[in-house]
Amino acid sequence: MSQDTATYDAASEFNDRASLSQKVQATLHKYPWLSSTMVLVVASIIFSFFNENFLTPSNFSLILQQVAIVGAVAAGQTLIILTAGIDLSCGAIAVFSSMTMAKLVQGTPGEGIPNGLAIWLAFPIGLLVGMLGGGINGFLVTKVKLPPFIVTLGTYNVFLALTLTLTKGTVPSIEMDPFLLTLGNYVNLGPFRVTTGVLFMFAMYMVLAFVLRYTSWGRHVYAVGDDIDAARLAGISVNRVLMSVYMVAGLTFALAAWIVIGRVTVASPNTGGDLNLDAITAVVIGGTSLFGGRGTIFGSLIGAIIVGVFRNGLTLAGVDLYYQLMAIGLLIIFAVSVDQWIRKARK
Amino acid sequence: MSKSPILQAVGLTKSYGRVVALDGSDLELFPGEVLAVVGDNGAGKSTMIKCLSGAEIPDEGQIILDGQQMSFKRPNDGRHAGIETVYQSLAVAPALDIASNLFLGREMRKKGPLGSVFRMIDSSGMRKAAKEHISALGIGTIQNISQAVETLSGGQRQAVAVARAAAFGQKLIILDEPTAALGVRESRQVLKLIESLRDRGMPVILISHNMPQVFEVADRIQIQRLGKRAAVVTPKTHSMNDVVAIMTGAMTVDKKDQALTPVR
Repeated sequence: MSQDTATYDAASEFNDRASLSQKVQATLHKYPWLSSTMVLVVASIIFSFFNENFLTPSNFSLILQQVAIVGAVAAGQTLIILTAGIDLSCGAIAVFSSMTMAKLVQGTPGEGIPNGLAIWLAFPIGLLVGMLGGGINGFLVTKVKLPPFIVTLGTYNVFLALTLTLTKGTVPSIEMDPFLLTLGNYVNLGPFRVTTGVLFMFAMYMVLAFVLRYTSWGRHVYAVGDDIDAARLAGISVNRVLMSVYMVAGLTFALAAWIVIGRVTVASPNTGGDLNLDAITAVVIGGTSLFGGRGTIFGSLIGAIIVGVFRNGLTLAGVDLYYQLMAIGLLIIFAVSVDQWIRKARK
Repeated sequence: MSKSPILQAVGLTKSYGRVVALDGSDLELFPGEVLAVVGDNGAGKSTMIKCLSGAEIPDEGQIILDGQQMSFKRPNDGRHAGIETVYQSLAVAPALDIASNLFLGREMRKKGPLGSVFRMIDSSGMRKAAKEHISALGIGTIQNISQAVETLSGGQRQAVAVARAAAFGQKLIILDEPTAALGVRESRQVLKLIESLRDRGMPVILISHNMPQVFEVADRIQIQRLGKRAAVVTPKTHSMNDVVAIMTGAMTVDKKDQALTPVR
């Protein structure tokens, strides 16, 4: 016992002697969302110097509306990245779901289906399509044992092709069902004026955060991403967890599609092109490790907002669009470098 | 002294293609003892353990647990029957804390609708129970039950895995080379844990390559050779050299000189 106390004292003494950078490293290691929150705060302060309109409720309302779609997709993407996977098809699934919903409601008069389906049928089918898309990814990852990167690179093209087949490559101008447009409506929250889509995205984060933190399933998602063999040996049915993650993610992509329809008021096959990579960018900047098992869902929300703040702030500061792209690129590299550095604290 | 075995394997046979890994091997584990299983590479130690824990299905033979014949189909079947296995590869999730690891795959739910409807896990209850399990095994060096496992040493991590097995193993615990990845001092910790398991009356099967360790903790030593049980001896009746000789086939032990019945 005395020996144990001695080792403990030695350990705490060692901690006391740890250098500042080691302490920072350990703290960031413990709270992976901390660095992204700091980036958000610092960036906001800097941008407010360049333009007085930046730090205003109306501008932040605008930013939130701009990030609602990416944020919603990033929520599902976070689940997948937490399991050490990746989904390059997230945007394609979202667009395909939105097109399915819209097409079903509208019907195709030219092809003998003049009346569309009722919305209470079309909407769930659209969500189901998203889940099914995720399910196909999950099946290929768990049963066919392909790397998630390859699987979703393939399905990205497949879903894109299906979307184009469905629309014949045109942007249909659709008399959209009012229910499908719900998330485009505005609400006033004090000085903020945002769409219901923004609130819906926040709600998605709340639900997923709860599930990840307070249910067995959430723990298992982290465990599978952290060390898949250890999870298997602990008696977790790893494949079932992975399958459910891809399906839940597919569902969130379909829900994100609902926000898309509300925002652009049509279902267009061309809206989701940047979504795939933007969602991954948000997750990575939000401090979730691409190696799995480490990160938080709210980090991704912050990550999505950071991207929005950078775009908006740089625009208000009069920076050329090209340099905005460059800034986002550097931000990604910075975020992953920080992640690598933090992971070294393990040893 | 007619104790009946808690776990008995009779004529276990398992082949992978044309390779016969296990060729009609027997095993008896008696209540409250530590049985070491040793053997050269390819002697069928691992296959035997996999059959006993349900990770592999034997082609032939019987597994009798507590007088009941078992037919394990999936890895979790052995676990449900009360057999817990600790693997050499430090099978814990590094980023999760000690309590989460202890209950990984078997999380406790909150009572009432929070648990049944919202499926909320009982984190504080698990932390409390984890603390009890850890201290019951006399693992005093772990300071904080909610620290991440990656902050622990290899020995402490293996201690968490052993504590998990001890917490949920109702019938017996299998340790598959638990010290293979550990240093000398850390191995010491794990050996102490094995002894404290035995002191609590928990039967243990220990698979190991490390002869000094085997001789330190085992009550009986089963030696596997070419997929069969070559002999069962005790550390008192035979030396390490004898065991190695039996392992390699240089020596055979007459049935009447073996330790086929409990020695404790």
